[in-house]
Amino acid sequence: MALKGNLRDFTISQLLNLINLARKTGTLVVEGPGEIARVFFREGKLSYAAIEQEDNSLAAVLQRTNRITNSQYRLIKEKASRMSDKELGLVLINAGYVSQDDILVSLQQYFLAVVRRLFTWGEGFFRFDQGELSMNGKITVRIDLENLIIEGSRQLRELEKLQEEIPTIDMALKFTDRPGTNLRNINLSVQEWRVVSFVNPKNSMRQIARATKMNELEIRRVIYGLLQAGLVEIIRPAGVVPPAPGRMFPTQNKEEQKSLINRLIERIRSL
Amino acid sequence: MQTVKIVVTGPFNAGKTEFIRSVSEIDVVSTERRISTEPEKIKETTTVAMDFGRITVDEDLVLYLFGTPGQKRFDFMWEILSEGMLGFVVLVDSTRPETFREARSILETFRAYAPTPYVVAANKQDNRDAWDIDDMRLALRLDPKVKLLTCVATNKEKVKSVLLELLYGILAEMEEGRS
Repeated sequence: MALKGNLRDFTISQLLNLINLARKTGTLVVEGPGEIARVFFREGKLSYAAIEQEDNSLAAVLQRTNRITNSQYRLIKEKASRMSDKELGLVLINAGYVSQDDILVSLQQYFLAVVRRLFTWGEGFFRFDQGELSMNGKITVRIDLENLIIEGSRQLRELEKLQEEIPTIDMALKFTDRPGTNLRNINLSVQEWRVVSFVNPKNSMRQIARATKMNELEIRRVIYGLLQAGLVEIIRPAGVVPPAPGRMFPTQNKEEQKSLINRLIERIRSL
Repeated sequence: MQTVKIVVTGPFNAGKTEFIRSVSEIDVVSTERRISTEPEKIKETTTVAMDFGRITVDEDLVLYLFGTPGQKRFDFMWEILSEGMLGFVVLVDSTRPETFREARSILETFRAYAPTPYVVAANKQDNRDAWDIDDMRLALRLDPKVKLLTCVATNKEKVKSVLLELLYGILAEMEEGRS
């Protein structure tokens, strides 16, 4: 089924979060302001990224990261334009121009820069085409998305949007039980670490804000990032008596209440 | 005569009125108004106070279905409508990811009103632009324990199964002694 929409309504960090949590494999195509980005994912990790209007060849990436000179770049474009990135990479390594690490680090920097550029696109149609990737000689990497998600979430600044995401700060937080997420591998800011240290079903977000001396906007912004990265989830605070739900049943007798629900079930089945 | 109620909520144009209409034995009592603002003109009218449907169970018991207004500016009605509900259904349009954020917000708001059971229904799943149910669960940040059900609000059988899942959830919570 379709996974498409507009960045105006569903942000890149939300998309990355979804791809990360569902460990998706496929291609995200984003049509931004005058540019089209293609970002490839394998099992929820960033694998490759490119802007269609740019030279995304390995030679261009190495030149941009100063691993090869401008004249070397021009020479490669003249003499080896038909080589795939994998073939060119092997030639350059064997000739001693660059190391395998140089290539991988340069590509990672470029792919991350492409995704970071998407964070600045306020609008743009996106679609995710699920399925195995056909990379045609391109070199792929494996980059965890959690740090990118946190980075993207930090850019959400508007209180109104944050209030929609977190309508009340009287609820509490708990860490999610998601395997594979290690807090130590995620680059949290000092402010985020301070909030993380108070995450406990007994502490409401309001109490955490007070303890960390943050205002409502600040606490919402930090928690939004942690939520987006799938590190925490919102729960009702432990030990707090929930508001009385009002008179739900016309009777206080538990057996009569169950009987009433069973009668409702029978009636709806028979509709 | 005993009466109980279930609330059907969700963002603007999620299909709440159709949902109630599909199972109500009376013509749904709607408080609809012609839409005046441009962004919301994807349909002609919208609910401004509530929708109201009824299912008579037997001579002693009636179930009322209340649909909340979807537009944010009428959210003062939500708390009033949620008072005393058995549970609630959050209806989400599977074809409009732009409403997912609001759906999450509505869900959190209703959870804060009352600790009653709820289900989330992914409506318009018959549309080819509908998001996959697993993707919606992640986008809506739903706990794996929360029931997320496929739905077509104009299809009576689908609506019945959503209501039944909610009632099974209420019964299960009663068995566990939580309500």
